[in-house]
This record gives sequence, structure tokens and C-alpha cells, in this order.
Amino acid sequence: MMSLIIDALSWACLLLGCFLGVSGAFGVFRFKDFYSRAHAASVTDTLCVFFIVAGLVLQSGFNLVTVKLIFIVVLLWLTSPVASHALIRSAYQTGLKPTLSTTRKESAKRGQS
Amino acid sequence: MSNINLLIDIVLLTMLVFTTITIVRSRSLFAIVMLSGIYSLLSANIFVILDAVDVAFTEAAVGAGISTVLMLATIGITGYEQKKRKTISSISPMIVVIITGAVLVYGTLDMPAFTDPSAPIHQHVAPRYINDSPTEVGIPNMVTSVLASYRGYDTMGEVIVVFAALIGVLSLLGIREKKSDPIYTEPPPRPILQVMAKFMIPFIILFALYVQFHGDFGPGGGFQAGVIFSVAIILYTLTFSQQDAMKLVPPSILKRLAALGVLIYGGTGIVSLFKGGNFLDYNVLAHDPVHGQHYGILIIEFGVGLTVACVMMLIFFAFISRGDKNP
Amino acid sequence: MFAVTSVAILVVMGIALARAFIGPTVYDRILAVNMFGTKTVLFIAVYGFLTERPEFMDIALVYALINFVGVIAVLKFVERFPPPSAQSDE
Repeated sequence: MMSLIIDALSWACLLLGCFLGVSGAFGVFRFKDFYSRAHAASVTDTLCVFFIVAGLVLQSGFNLVTVKLIFIVVLLWLTSPVASHALIRSAYQTGLKPTLSTTRKESAKRGQS
Repeated sequence: MSNINLLIDIVLLTMLVFTTITIVRSRSLFAIVMLSGIYSLLSANIFVILDAVDVAFTEAAVGAGISTVLMLATIGITGYEQKKRKTISSISPMIVVIITGAVLVYGTLDMPAFTDPSAPIHQHVAPRYINDSPTEVGIPNMVTSVLASYRGYDTMGEVIVVFAALIGVLSLLGIREKKSDPIYTEPPPRPILQVMAKFMIPFIILFALYVQFHGDFGPGGGFQAGVIFSVAIILYTLTFSQQDAMKLVPPSILKRLAALGVLIYGGTGIVSLFKGGNFLDYNVLAHDPVHGQHYGILIIEFGVGLTVACVMMLIFFAFISRGDKNP
Repeated sequence: MFAVTSVAILVVMGIALARAFIGPTVYDRILAVNMFGTKTVLFIAVYGFLTERPEFMDIALVYALINFVGVIAVLKFVERFPPPSAQSDE
């Protein structure tokens, strides 16, 4: 019974992680603008890593492998957002402009009305 | 089960082929460097699937980490684009390539099938290594025992090649320690990156030491540990500045340490000569032959790690101190 | 179930590879390489469980450490030598 619950939980975690990963990749492929692509990649990345590794941890029980898996999650959670931040900031500073559907003036007007 | 493995193999190899074709066809050097990073990630995956864990480890550390950094530093010297060449006829190279390929394919017809147990490579020295390594050397990771003990000469040759590469780079480029007028404007410091780097560096160094001294038991060893250690210093150089990093690890000391690593390796061989064994025969280093093997492998792995770490840092310093003159 | 996960990760890797091929800006390629590296970490971890020998976590761990340094190196490089045209590198 217990093992059935654990199996079901780790199935759910892995499938959720897969869904997040594939949707992020889909965004990276389909979006028109670099900044929206970076957004799609960075937002899904952390949670995808968490769910997939959580699914693996549930399967492995408690041993050295689990500790290493938790290290992987911690490291990726720390480095991945920082890398995304640095990437987007570099892109903005070297002059890559986001393509906006509306210009500044239009959006300001819309805000007033 | 085997179906899914076959599927994974096919998908990874297909991606590898596409990456290679794109690398060959692209003219943008930057894109090529990025794609070769992906190429080495893919090939590390394939090595994991083939059970070559130590090779995958090396590919992970060297291919994806350090060689991307060094190739980028090279682009800093050469510029972004491949120069256009005069178009030459592509027929004669094509004929040469087709003939060579046909000969190579013809050559594979004679080769034994993959995983054939009667293949010559499984008949020669491999059975002895596999059968006797647990009793003669007594460490769990057979790759380390072959690399450091049975094949100690070859590994020493590899370390000397790495050292020779350093001598070549230093005599061609040299390290400019004096700060000349910077041609580019120094980018503003990035506090988030600096905090992150300060947090990461201890972990990277700790992991390098783990790989260094755990190489007898799991995947890893001196080469991988040296590269990982140098990656920590490279991260420091990137997030702070080259002057800071050179204060932390002065190149003059690094040069001596790189030579010392080779000396430790060769010296172990000489000591075993004096103790009455053959060159690099660790059995005589202690009273018990197995203990002697343990000591010998530990010492020479340390020498390898020291040399590789210092050489990687020095080559990196030499490249980036040269990279100011981008056209 | 690990088979499903590893196939999904392979799909993500393929899409990231396509993004790295078509670019168009240098930053797209960096983004794709970063994504590819993260998914490689996950793939090695899942593959260990798929073959029921999860001892290969060291390799996944070394990627998790080194991938970050690679991305930072690329970014520093791009800042120091801005690409000829920021919009496209082809």
C-alpha cells in the first residue's frame, strides 16, 4: 500500500516535471522575441528540475544518491535564475531591444484612459 | 527496456550528426563555439550510456567547461566571423572524401562485431587487468587502476603533453601581468554574480577535492579534479577581475607548481627504482604490495591534479591577457 | 515511467538544439545551450534510474556546477566584445 502511494506520487511528480519542461521548450521554440523566449525558459526551468528530481528521490529512498540529487536541485535552483538574470541583463545592455506590440506612447495613453 | 535504450541511442546520435553538420556549415565562429559546447554535452550523454563513466566525467569537465571558455578567449583574439575564402571547386575534395569514406567503411567489414567477446581487444591484456586488478591493486575503480598503475607510463606521457602545451602557449603568448591601457571600458561590477560566485567557489573546490581523492572508488581522478579546480578560479576571474585573480594565484607560483606536479609523478617512479623495483612499480613503496599500490596511485594522482589545474589556469590567464586587441 | 521522462527530456533537448541552430541572436544560442545543459543534468540522473544503476550522479553534479561557469564566461565575453550587430550574428 505504502509503496503504491509512493509510486503514484513519483509518477505525478515526473509527469508534471515533463509537462513543465516540454512547455518551456515549446515556448523557447515558438515565441517571436528573445525576451519572451528567455521568460519561457527560465520560469519553467526551476520547477521542472524540482519535480523531476523529487520523483527520482521518492523512488530511490534515503541513501547517498538522494543526497547528491538534493545537491543537484539546490545548485540548479541557485545557478539557473542567476544565469537567466545575467543573460537578460547582458542582452539589454548590449542593445538588444525587446519588440513590443504597442509603442510607449500608446501604452501610456491606454493607461490614462 | 532494450527498445527504449535503442530509441535513446538513435535520438542522441541523430542530434550529434545534425550538430556536426551545422558546425561545418556555419560561418559564425561564436555559433560554432556554442554548438561545440552542445556537441560535448551530447557526447558525454553517449559515454554515460556506453558505461564509460570516467570518460563522460572528463568530457563533462573538459569539453563543456574549460574548452568553451578557452575557445571564447580565442575568438577574443581572432574576431567573430570566419574570413571568406575564394570559392574553389568542390568536386575534387568531394571525390577524395568519398574515396576515403568508402575505404573506411570497407575497413569496418573486417572488424569484429560490437560487444563480440572473442574480439582481439578482449583477448590481449584486458582479461589480466580485469581478473587481477582486485588482488594486485585492490581499488574498486578498475579504470583508475589501469590508468595509474598498469598504464602508468602512458599517463605520465599524458601529463607531460599537458605540460608541454603550457610551455607552448607561454612561449607564444606569454602572460601580461602589467596592466596596459585598457582598450575596452571595464564593465560595471555585477553584484548578483559576485555574491553567487562567492557562494559557488567553495563548493566547486570541495567537489574538486572529492573527485581527486575519491577517484579510487568512483569515477574521477587527477585530470578531472584539476580541471574542476581551475574552473573555480576561472569563475573568480570572470566575476571579479584578472588582477584580483592574479593576486590570489600568482602566475609565477603557478608555473613552479605545474612543474612540481610532473616532478612528483616522475619522482615516484625514481623512488620506486631506488627501492629496488621497476620504474613506476608501486609494489615496493610500502611493506605490503597492495598498500604500496594505494600510496603510489594517491601520490601520482595528486601530481596529475596539480599539473592540470595549474596548466589550465595559466593558459586561461595567457589567453585573456592577450584578448584586448579585438579588431 | 523513467522511460517516459527520459523521452520527454530528449524532446526538450531536441527543441533546444533547434533553437541553437536557428539563432537568430547570440543570446538565443546562449539560452539554448544553458537549457541544453540543465536538461543534460536531468537526463543523466533519470538515465541512471532507468538502467537501475543510479551511481552516475557525480557526472550530473559536475554539470550542475560547470554549466553555470560556462554561461557566465560566455556572457562576460559578449559584454567585452559586443557582437557586430546585436540583432543577428549571421
